[in-house]
Amino acid sequence: MSSTAEHAEGHAHGHGLGETVTHNAAKFGMWLFLGTEILLFGGLFAAYALFRAKFPDLFYESHKKLDITLGAVNTIVLIFSSFTMALAVSASQKRNRKWLIILLAVTFICGAAFGVNKYFEYSAKFHHHIFPETNIFFALYFMMTGLHMLHVFVGMGIIFALIIMAKQGRFKEGNRYTPVEVGGLYWHLVDLIWIYLFPLLYLIG
Amino acid sequence: MSTHNHTEEHHTGLRVYVAVCLALFVLTVVTVYIAKFDFGDFNIVVAMFIASIKASIVALYFMHLKFEDKLTWIYALYPLFLLFLLIGFTLMETFTRVPVIK
Repeated sequence: MSSTAEHAEGHAHGHGLGETVTHNAAKFGMWLFLGTEILLFGGLFAAYALFRAKFPDLFYESHKKLDITLGAVNTIVLIFSSFTMALAVSASQKRNRKWLIILLAVTFICGAAFGVNKYFEYSAKFHHHIFPETNIFFALYFMMTGLHMLHVFVGMGIIFALIIMAKQGRFKEGNRYTPVEVGGLYWHLVDLIWIYLFPLLYLIG
Repeated sequence: MSTHNHTEEHHTGLRVYVAVCLALFVLTVVTVYIAKFDFGDFNIVVAMFIASIKASIVALYFMHLKFEDKLTWIYALYPLFLLFLLIGFTLMETFTRVPVIK
């Protein structure tokens, strides 16, 4: 970062720090945070690797009790929500408020659909008397998908806030769309983690 | 971090996003289909390989990593290196532990 460029820019637009500097710093900060998120799940992935290596048969037998169809549907729902989120960021860059709100709303609904699906999955497990204490596979299953679900809820909260901000006209011409882009990064990470959780939990060959 | 006069905007076209989304759908179907066959220990390798392709295209295109500067790349990849150390050494310990015979 060259301080002279920053300085010149600050004067030209009258924003103190340059727009670009602020925007890039926010994005970079989110990437740093996403790194810590990967390591948060990393501990669970390491535990999974260890116990699966120790008890391969238990993992194979237990995973059969999970519903692959529901898992696959949720994967598709989450990927689609990542797609609409990417389009929402694109709409915010083009200052297209109408489409920004529509796309954010669709992303939010997909997150909710994921949650409803997961609710039915958990209820079915509880109904069959499968709990986290059943065995180490289900302990990891509930912990990993539960922590992931928590992230989906946080992501939905962020998207809801973005919809309100968009309705208030915060992302109009001349204003920064940084919150949409940074919120988008978070939502994509939630999708990214599920991409690994799905085959690890539902598709043990 | 670059300091050009205006905020950089990555106008990835709609077509690219649609293509990425369809590729992710196809890879999801492939990974479910392949899991039905028994390749022994190779199953997990194939599943993780496909998941990594999916994760890479999400990061590159949806998260615009493709257009980010070096510093962002370093901080995006560094946690993966730590994860590799964590899981790699955990497994090394597990697989090389010899049972004590009494």
